Amino acid sequence: MDEVINWQSFFFLLFAAVACVFAVAVVVTSNVVRMAFYLILSLGATAGLFFLAGADFVAAMQLMIYVGGTLVLLIFGVMLTAQSPFISLKTHSGEWILAAILGGSLLAVLIQTAIGVPDWTLPAPVAAAPAEAPEADTAGTGRVPAQLV
Amino acid sequence: MVQEGSFAVAEYLAQWLPSWLAYLLVGLIQTQLLLLIPFVGAMTFVWMERKVSARIQDRLGPTRVGGQFGWLQLLADGIKLLNKEDVRPNDADALLFRLAPYISFTASYAALLALPFSNGWVVQHLNTGVFFILAVLGLEVFGVILAGYASASKWSLFGAMREAAQVVSYEVPLGMCVVVPVMIAGTMDLVKIGNEQAGWFWNWYLFHDPFTFIIFWVYFTCATASVNRAPFDLAEAESELVAGFHTEYSGFRWLAFYMAEYGSMFIVSGLAAILFFGGWNGPIPIAHLLGWTAPDAHPFLHWLGNLLGMFNLVAKGVLGVTFMIWVRWTLPRLRIDQVMTTCLKYCTPIAAVMFLGAAVWTLYFPGGVLGIRSRPYGAVAENEELRPVAPAASAPTPTGEPTATPARTAQRVRGDAGSPEVARASDIESSAARVVGNSGGE
Repeated sequence: MDEVINWQSFFFLLFAAVACVFAVAVVVTSNVVRMAFYLILSLGATAGLFFLAGADFVAAMQLMIYVGGTLVLLIFGVMLTAQSPFISLKTHSGEWILAAILGGSLLAVLIQTAIGVPDWTLPAPVAAAPAEAPEADTAGTGRVPAQLV
Repeated sequence: MVQEGSFAVAEYLAQWLPSWLAYLLVGLIQTQLLLLIPFVGAMTFVWMERKVSARIQDRLGPTRVGGQFGWLQLLADGIKLLNKEDVRPNDADALLFRLAPYISFTASYAALLALPFSNGWVVQHLNTGVFFILAVLGLEVFGVILAGYASASKWSLFGAMREAAQVVSYEVPLGMCVVVPVMIAGTMDLVKIGNEQAGWFWNWYLFHDPFTFIIFWVYFTCATASVNRAPFDLAEAESELVAGFHTEYSGFRWLAFYMAEYGSMFIVSGLAAILFFGGWNGPIPIAHLLGWTAPDAHPFLHWLGNLLGMFNLVAKGVLGVTFMIWVRWTLPRLRIDQVMTTCLKYCTPIAAVMFLGAAVWTLYFPGGVLGIRSRPYGAVAENEELRPVAPAASAPTPTGEPTATPARTAQRVRGDAGSPEVARASDIESSAARVVGNSGGE
């Protein structure tokens, strides 16, 4: 009866994949209305991530404000100001390179920061713990850690 | 209650199936049960619309199919819609055209996740249930906008624009109307709002003060507008725009739009029932008078009382939908400028003034003017208590493996405070103890 699928991780990966893929799709597509639609899906997946984290209020606010308000406004603007039914925004190759450099450097900085925060990483393996544990645990609490019992 | 019950069922199934498959099956069963409401409800409301509109227009409606009342007409309609040819305009944006009906349907269905059908009988017990339902119902407009745009037809585009303007504008007074019962109850949790109105019908928030009474009618007007029912149905205006945003849709795609519309009608009616009409509490507290709600009554009687409550709520929702159908075939359609005038010049100021009045009333007359409320406002009932912290199924597990993921446990701890019956908690523990094979009865 082992956990072949951990549904918590499955849904996290699903929502994260949807958010990332459709965010990339917003950049890559050339049809303006489809861009707005992909943004809806990306922000909706972000709301799903909030729900998974247990933040119901924030997730409902994300849906109401971003998806229900901002994106309705965006789609209205896009539909009413587009000159032809399927206006197309082609990105030149020079702009691609510049965007890749800027976006890639920002991505690198964010990933490095996210990995580098000690509180956000998994705890160190147990073999390494007792070296720091006794001083940290018994410093102010007076409790004897399990290894010393 | 449903969440603990579903965990207990999943743990029971996990004895024979892999644990992940057991949870998947339980989740699928719950979603399928909830899918019955748009599917069956939509077809039933379509039949009801035909009969009610026929009677209002002094004719009979469907009488031949299926015997007495033409009740099989709904089945015939469903089969007809499934058999239609799947057409798409040549200039239509293929992806958005195909996707639009399902966006509407998904938004309408997702709002059912937070709507309680009885005390504790809710798929996701959110403590911000009201907010979630309003947020998700506002997403239905995307299906309409995309349908209108992607159909590459001017009729569709006009209908979609009007509808989007209307829905988005009416969200403001709708929110203000919903805030009044939330303010009186002191919580956004729909289960608690329903429980606050337990007892006789004078406990209902509709009769709480005259401002809330008027707010209910404003809510109903705004809710009718936000689900695009007549007299606010110029998005589908049959005599003006062919069929508005769903002109180019036929067959099952049209059915998806209509399931979304009737599902939303049921949701706003159910929300009105919980906020103003006591939800699952009937006008006469039959289950309470019979002693079914006592903490030491048999758990089956608790369940039976909850079932009676569910019938109450569904009946109130259906009455709300019937009222909407009645209003549709009585009043003429409004123009778009009249719709916006009604929203901005009438509904919003009235809602604001009534909100102020209800706030003042709650502040200065907390026990009610006539003092006939059986419970003071905002007080926690004497038999309400916090749920046990861990799922009871995981506590006595002999194998010691974690049966519920930590985040899920934490979520249930945060969200599930306030189940009223003491006996229910012990009932779960005893059933879980039987499930995992510990020493039998308790």
